[in-house]
Amino acid sequence: MRTLIIAEHDGQHLNEQVARAVTAAQQWQQPVDILVAAAQPDTLAAQAAAIQGVSNVLVASDAALQHPTAEHLAEIIVPLAANYTVVLAAHSAFSKNVLPRVAALLDVNMISDVLQIVSANTYVRGIYAGNVLATVQSSDSKQVLTVRGSKFAAAAKDGAAAEIKSVATPAAPAGSRWVTEAFNKSKRPPLAAAKVVVSGGRALGSAEAFAEVLAPLADKLHAAIGASRAAVDAGYAPNDLQVGQTGVVVAPELYIAVGISGAIQHAYGMKDSKVVVAINQDPEAQIFKIADYGLVADLFEAVPQLTAAL
Amino acid sequence: MKALVAIKRVVDYNIQVRVKADGSDVDIEGVKMGVNPFDENAIEEAIRLKEKGIVSEIVAVTIGSAANQDILRHALAMGADRAMLVETQETLHSLGVAKVLKAVVEREQPTLILLGKQAIDDDAGQTGQMLAALLKLPQATYASQITIEGSQATVVREIDGGTETLAISLPAVITADLRLNEPRYVKLPNLMMARKKPLENVPLDSLNVSLTHNVQQLNVATPPARPAGVMVKDVNELLSKLRTHEGIIA
Ligand SMILES: Cc1cc2nc3c(=O)[nH]c(=O)nc-3n(C[C@H](O)[C@H](O)[C@H](O)COP(=O)(O)OP(=O)(O)OC[C@H]3O[C@@H](n4cnc5c(N)ncnc54)[C@H](O)[C@@H]3O)c2cc1C
Repeated sequence: MRTLIIAEHDGQHLNEQVARAVTAAQQWQQPVDILVAAAQPDTLAAQAAAIQGVSNVLVASDAALQHPTAEHLAEIIVPLAANYTVVLAAHSAFSKNVLPRVAALLDVNMISDVLQIVSANTYVRGIYAGNVLATVQSSDSKQVLTVRGSKFAAAAKDGAAAEIKSVATPAAPAGSRWVTEAFNKSKRPPLAAAKVVVSGGRALGSAEAFAEVLAPLADKLHAAIGASRAAVDAGYAPNDLQVGQTGVVVAPELYIAVGISGAIQHAYGMKDSKVVVAINQDPEAQIFKIADYGLVADLFEAVPQLTAAL
Repeated sequence: MKALVAIKRVVDYNIQVRVKADGSDVDIEGVKMGVNPFDENAIEEAIRLKEKGIVSEIVAVTIGSAANQDILRHALAMGADRAMLVETQETLHSLGVAKVLKAVVEREQPTLILLGKQAIDDDAGQTGQMLAALLKLPQATYASQITIEGSQATVVREIDGGTETLAISLPAVITADLRLNEPRYVKLPNLMMARKKPLENVPLDSLNVSLTHNVQQLNVATPPARPAGVMVKDVNELLSKLRTHEGIIA
């Protein structure tokens, strides 16, 4: 039997997490195929075909896939699943919207945000905001799951080109229609993939402080900017920068938490970072318990100093 | 229109749960429980839609033991009109929950089905999408804004990198993100009044849902703690640590 990976992309580029999902998929030791569903799939399919360890690239093409809905993708994936025992994707807002719908239509359970694949049907995943690791087993005939990209190395992109095949693409179901999207444009690296992340909390106090205090540090470090929920809720930073249980989970080489208290919901999103630096004026702050280097200081002094010294 | 809000009773978000000594499960004996925070946003949204005259009746539903009545009372105190407890001692995973909710939807025939986007205990985030699939209805997950006009809902969704807006025809399933609204506080008089609102107990068996138990939790463990860090006295010491010890910055 075979494993099917659902590729996430922005219309031009495959998401870098796809190559990580390919590594995860090798655990089943069976052929791995990638589904690319897009309005203009050719370059995307070529990118998928170049990933090492991929057998076939299945291409679903339809103008409506410019902005696919979960309903449409599920109708494409479910018939294909007949040939697969494993359907997986890297965990993201995209995949966690689509795959539960697919699993339910297949009448199987789904395992979300898998950290480790123990065997062909046994997984480790975080529960309670990552404070507990649960080992779970699914005896369903098909395994449907999302995997935490940062836990799997990216497969090399110099594979012998996989075969590209088109698949039947049902029309988009009525009842659900894409209207618009608003992406926060930024020249910084994407949060989930950045090597360095500088995150700000409530203590920044304003969007201006994010721009004037945090951004120069991020510029020097070629870092992505992150934020706590408190900072996002207060409007200091856009929602897609939220790191944590209900935001993005990051695992960069360096995570600098500035004026963040370190609530468990925030820690969930960053405690797999290689090196954590915390700058907080409260020596008792929780964040110091998970930091490799802690600096008790007023961020409005320490951060500009740090930026100047780089 | 009728709104159905599905809610879950979870360990309070401030509490750091412990693993039982034998690693079989988490130990939640005597721990403070409450409505899953995202579900509270779903209840609040239904109430606001009722205040706008769009929703006419709000039914809150949960699945589990009799202990779950407290969160239904909470939903009633916030402003739900009636509540339903699907009573069972079984532990259900998302698919099972979705199947039970499907039976409830078929009975209640709501136009709007609201849930939280994920529960903060199992962090699975699947039930809404699964329910929509089983009902063959449109879905809009991670909602931070819902506008209803006639039989259409326009939903702003929080996604990676920004937001997306969908137009979906009702009936539909919508899951709430935290920024959808700020749930109201429940005042004591509301709790008293909620006692008079109808709360129906429906035995799970009476719904004729066929459930499988294909997911087993084999064990749980505490993740390895990060090694203890060091405190640095100033920015210079921090920089020298990052440069010499870690070699991560130039
Ligand atoms: C269901 C649920 C989900 C959640 N999901 C998330 C999530 O995904 N991500 C997330 O981040 N949170 C999440 N939260 C919220 C979380 O519980 C915390 O409330 C939040 O992380 C706090 O943000 P903060 O650290 O910026 O603010 P605070 O806790 O207010 O901390 C501010 C910190 O700044 C320090 N400080 C103040 N002034 C200065 C200064 N001048 N210099 C230096 N330090 C200073 C203070 O000492 C304090 O430690 C969630 C909560 C719930 C209930």
